[in-house]
Amino acid sequence: MKINKFYLVLFLLALVAPTALYPVFLMKVLCFALFACAFNLLLGFVGLLSFGHAAFLGTGGYVTGAMMLHTGMGPELSILAGTVAAGLLGAVYGKLAVKREGIYFAMVTLALAQLAFFFYLQSPFTGGEDGLQGVPRGTLLGMFDLSDNMNMYYFVLAIFIFGFWLIHRTIHSPFGQILKAIRENEPRAVSLGYNVNDYKWVVFIISSALAGLAGSTKTLVFQLASLTDVHWHMSGEVVLMTLLGGMGTIFGPVVGAGVVVTIQNYLSGGELGNYIHIIMGLIFIVCVLAFRSGIVGEFQKMVKKNF
Amino acid sequence: MKLMKKTVLAVAMSLATVTGVQAAGVSDDVVKIGVLGDMGGVYADIAGPGSVVAVKMAVEDFGGTVLGQPIEVVSADDQNKADVGSSIARKWIDDENVDVINGAVASSVTGAVTKVMTAAEKITLIAASASHAFTTKACSPFNAHWTYDVVALANGTVKPMVASGKEKWFFITADYGFGHALEKVATGVIKDNGGTVVGGVRAPLGTTDFSSYILQAQSSGADVIALANAGADMVNSLKTAAEFGVTEMMDVAGLLVFTQNAQALDPAIAGGMKLTTGFYWDMDDQTRAWSKRYMERMDGKIPSMAHAGAYSSTMHYLNAVKAAGTDEGKAVMAKMKETPVEDFFSRNGYLRKDGRMVHDMLQVRIKTADERTSANDIFAIEKVIKGDDAFLELSKGGCEFAMAK
Repeated sequence: MKINKFYLVLFLLALVAPTALYPVFLMKVLCFALFACAFNLLLGFVGLLSFGHAAFLGTGGYVTGAMMLHTGMGPELSILAGTVAAGLLGAVYGKLAVKREGIYFAMVTLALAQLAFFFYLQSPFTGGEDGLQGVPRGTLLGMFDLSDNMNMYYFVLAIFIFGFWLIHRTIHSPFGQILKAIRENEPRAVSLGYNVNDYKWVVFIISSALAGLAGSTKTLVFQLASLTDVHWHMSGEVVLMTLLGGMGTIFGPVVGAGVVVTIQNYLSGGELGNYIHIIMGLIFIVCVLAFRSGIVGEFQKMVKKNF
Repeated sequence: MKLMKKTVLAVAMSLATVTGVQAAGVSDDVVKIGVLGDMGGVYADIAGPGSVVAVKMAVEDFGGTVLGQPIEVVSADDQNKADVGSSIARKWIDDENVDVINGAVASSVTGAVTKVMTAAEKITLIAASASHAFTTKACSPFNAHWTYDVVALANGTVKPMVASGKEKWFFITADYGFGHALEKVATGVIKDNGGTVVGGVRAPLGTTDFSSYILQAQSSGADVIALANAGADMVNSLKTAAEFGVTEMMDVAGLLVFTQNAQALDPAIAGGMKLTTGFYWDMDDQTRAWSKRYMERMDGKIPSMAHAGAYSSTMHYLNAVKAAGTDEGKAVMAKMKETPVEDFFSRNGYLRKDGRMVHDMLQVRIKTADERTSANDIFAIEKVIKGDDAFLELSKGGCEFAMAK
């Protein structure tokens, strides 16, 4: 009951937030939060470090962008198409990647994501370095004009809540219990008769589809799909967000995404703009050395200890 | 009945005056200029911080206020990324009342930024980008493309070389949008003038070892190697060509060379190379006077054409704001297009309907070591190319809104 109240407060805060803060910034936070949550589903709950999640973010973005630009379909169908495309790509990549463990898993996902990167760099429909520019936001259900930032914000919020709910549901289901069992002790899960690779594969697909959903939404928000989204830097950034916020906590990635996006936003306009990567790197080092369970993780520990 | 008519008329008239008042004047009591550029990456020397200085100089020279309101300059680093650039532009418009953006270097960033600006009916002054798309297929009534573009470069550099009998060309192209565009345009110029392209290679952006590409060029039997790349890529490929002795066998044409690049090159390698530029600091008294003031603020670094273009475009914009009596995008652009552009940077310049600022370009030759009198003495001006000969004709550009009218 306590946790429900907590979510209710957050929900109310999210509803009024755009009156105080710049909506596009909030939408960016929400998109990256969803992306980080999707990534955390793999890293935090199954212990799989995918170093190629940018491929799914970018696939979602490019497919949605291309649909909006060329087919005249509405934003709902375009986002759905982007999500499904990312999920399908995840199915293929996941099938190959789950055969390996640990660092090899990370390397296989990275290599596959680089394949995707060069595909998007070279194929004519993506516009190379230019990316897909001027993607229209369209009208939701033929009623709400999304070019209005406020309408768009509530649409993004709805998508985020859906994604967050899905992840919440997944990890609290029997399926999620098995995932955690795999994380804690894989040989034991095997010995209990679970087909571990299939479980990993399914959760990989869910994660990549949600990453695709985040990418699709991001494309609509910024009206742009670009190579940044498929670059391996993005795969690294999501690791940073998740670790900073708290790996394996449901709310950690949201906080991590919020912190990282805020820092980037704040620094890019100021005098320290050139040092953005150095500062992020330092934060990462401090985080790994000093508080390994991340902001939310440390907070939970403190609450447990003192109350 | 009569009374009602009168009331309607009165209401209509008062409405008209109200809207009239709103349209004129300066929005938010400030004219804010956003300078967007690569502040720390590969293009930082060519545009970036120097452009901010140039824009600030223009604001100071203008007097710091227009129509009784202050002029402010803000700047940001777009990191050469389209998504970063467009989100900064969006934030500037939505949140910070920016009226005009000057800058955006990489063509991909400029493309994304102009889309955002056009949607908000605000002007983008493009002072450093090369692609001619912003005044052709991706043109907008709110784009003003200053300094140069790929067509002017290709016309200025390639045409006279083909005419002088260098008919077989080989391309070393930067493998991304800008390189492809430059190669395509230059190929068109070569073919139109009776030359042929015997081959080409595409090197990824940031390649350091150009030896295999240069060897391919060497064995191609071409008269000229065209370098359709920029910045460090151009410098590295030219150095490699010199190391292999290719520069003695065939000509090398740098299609986009900024003053800074030419300065960084050993005159023994680059001396004698011909190229096209929109501005050279040591051209005459006017350019020297401005450049001297610029150099005082930039620790003695000479200005590139992008810096001079940033100043010139800002000045022209501010004058247009003053003449139009408002900072509203459409009205200012109309004034900008009405008024000829004549200053230290632009000679015989005018802003064409499609947003192309047509002005005289310079064909220059990089001086050899013996000719140089100082470290900043880089180019010898060979010829002035008339603006209308240098830039793509309006009718060939395919800019829909400009051709319709």
